[in-house]
Amino acid sequence: MARITLDHIRHAYGPKPSSEKDYALKEVHHEWEHGGAYALLGPSGCGKTTLLNIISGLLTPSEGKILFDGADVTGRSTEERNIAQVFQFPVIYDTMTVYQNLAFPLRNRKVPEADVDSRVREILEMIDLSDWANRKARGLTADQKQKISLGRGLVRKDVNAILFDEPLTVIDPHMKWVLRSQLKRLHRQFGFTMVYVTHDQTEALTFADKVVVMYEGEIVQIGTPVELFERPRHTFVGYFIGSPGMNFLPAKLAGATVTVGRHKIPLERAPTVAANAKVEFGIRPEFVRLGREGFPIQVLKVEDVGRQKIVRTNFEGHLLTAIVSEDAEIPAEPHVTFKQSAINIYADSWRAETEG
Amino acid sequence: MEKTWNNKAWFLVLPVVVLVAFSAVIPLMTVVNYSVQDTFGNNEFFWAGTDWFSEMLQSDRFWDALFRNLIFSFTVLAIQIPLGIFIALNMPKHGIGVPVCLVLMALPLLIPWNVVGTIWQVFGRVDIGFLGHYLRVLGVDYNYTQDPIDAWATVIIMDVWHWTSLVVLLCYAGLVSIPDAYYQAAKIDGASRWSVFRYIQLPKMKRVLLIAVLLRFMDSFMIYTEPFVVTGGGPGNSTTFLSIDLVKMAIGQFDLGPAAAMSIIYFLIILLLSWIFYTVMTSHDAQS
Repeated sequence: MARITLDHIRHAYGPKPSSEKDYALKEVHHEWEHGGAYALLGPSGCGKTTLLNIISGLLTPSEGKILFDGADVTGRSTEERNIAQVFQFPVIYDTMTVYQNLAFPLRNRKVPEADVDSRVREILEMIDLSDWANRKARGLTADQKQKISLGRGLVRKDVNAILFDEPLTVIDPHMKWVLRSQLKRLHRQFGFTMVYVTHDQTEALTFADKVVVMYEGEIVQIGTPVELFERPRHTFVGYFIGSPGMNFLPAKLAGATVTVGRHKIPLERAPTVAANAKVEFGIRPEFVRLGREGFPIQVLKVEDVGRQKIVRTNFEGHLLTAIVSEDAEIPAEPHVTFKQSAINIYADSWRAETEG
Repeated sequence: MEKTWNNKAWFLVLPVVVLVAFSAVIPLMTVVNYSVQDTFGNNEFFWAGTDWFSEMLQSDRFWDALFRNLIFSFTVLAIQIPLGIFIALNMPKHGIGVPVCLVLMALPLLIPWNVVGTIWQVFGRVDIGFLGHYLRVLGVDYNYTQDPIDAWATVIIMDVWHWTSLVVLLCYAGLVSIPDAYYQAAKIDGASRWSVFRYIQLPKMKRVLLIAVLLRFMDSFMIYTEPFVVTGGGPGNSTTFLSIDLVKMAIGQFDLGPAAAMSIIYFLIILLLSWIFYTVMTSHDAQS
């Protein structure tokens, strides 16, 4: 297992990138810890698979270096990097049995047959496929096949990292939970470095210690699920994470007071914002409280989603979404208040730091 | 619930039944009819029973032609299948090379069979043919009209030139359907080039290969036009395959009875061998 350093990496698929727009992956400079579970989260086309392929060595970055435990591996091929990868669609060797599938990476590396056997049996145990060892891999279900793909990665003891490229896409919803928790358990047990690409926030948040949110070829935030929820660094993180996403209202800032429409809302601390920046007031629907006090709003629509109600309201001509509990009454003349500590101020889409 | 009986649907299959009757059943039965009777013209027929069949099965001429035909079929299969796979593996997967290669590959398949024969007949001639003349110049004693081995070589090379493309195109279709992830996974698993072929490409090509083998076997076993144009079955009888022999017998000598019996035996052999090929090659599927 290894610490992965991404040293000023940029990638463009075209031959001669001239402007920032030509880069599928804008500059990434970061260090990923040994044994961490990282999720790369973002919409389709945000560059997350590009970044994954750069780590795995299927793609050589246009600029920058990649280091495993401090050693430069930029020029090395996939097998030399000693990583494992699980793909979106299960890749299995049809004509082989489950056992042979798992033994394949070891036999290719000329591991003595006795070691192969003990290691394969161990992995079969881990992924719960011991009873299937001598079955042809072709007849298995999608989730079993995906477990074999994972097993082929785990079977090599010395892998530097295991990479997952949206591995649960073709798995039935009820099996997703099972596989995800198995994966989580294996990670806790063996502590390999994992990088997991997904566009599903639930998957990312439940799986990873650190979530790397990507948007238009850029890493916009790396943080724990709590950080992403409470302090999104970028408006994109705000509405990509959370269901429904964060509210953003155009605002004006004066010291420690923010003005939305006609209303002045006091802040805990004064944020630092450049003079001409576009200021937005951000609040998660979970921290919008409906009641008889505060600022007047108009209720547009109430969606009942089971244990909660999602209330769409009009606040000073802007859409404001609130989440209230199932049994909460919506008063006849509704007003809102905001939990002060949950307010974030954004300048040109990036979160403004506060003073002190 | 009361089941409704309505046999009107049978009318819907009637066109097909009529078509199959006229295209297959009636001609085949005509042949069966000839094979069990003898005629001396004037549309007079005498019952001959299985005489023609036993005569045919005892004739050296038939067994020799069958033997030559089997050798020919297995030789072209042994060359065309591996060569076709090899070419398909080395065809470009992206870019301008793809349409260029596909068109080049398809060209021999578009040429009428007797034209193929004529091309090679002229190509191999020792007096004016490019191949024949220059082989002579290089000191090779080549003459397909006199030397049986040269005649065989010419016919086989011609068939390889004509039909390998079919194998290539079928294999290529199988190869391009393999997702990139398979190759990437194989790389990560440290698979050798041979392992990639053996465990990824070959299994994915299996279905199309089965079709290729069957088509090539049936076609080569029925080959007539090209050797007829190039060698006319000669020198001697050395390239007289079953169909050439059959035509000689039926139209040259007008021995309708023996020719009909031979046709039926010929048909049954093709049916049997195709069935064996198919069963053997699909048995792996059934196992798992």
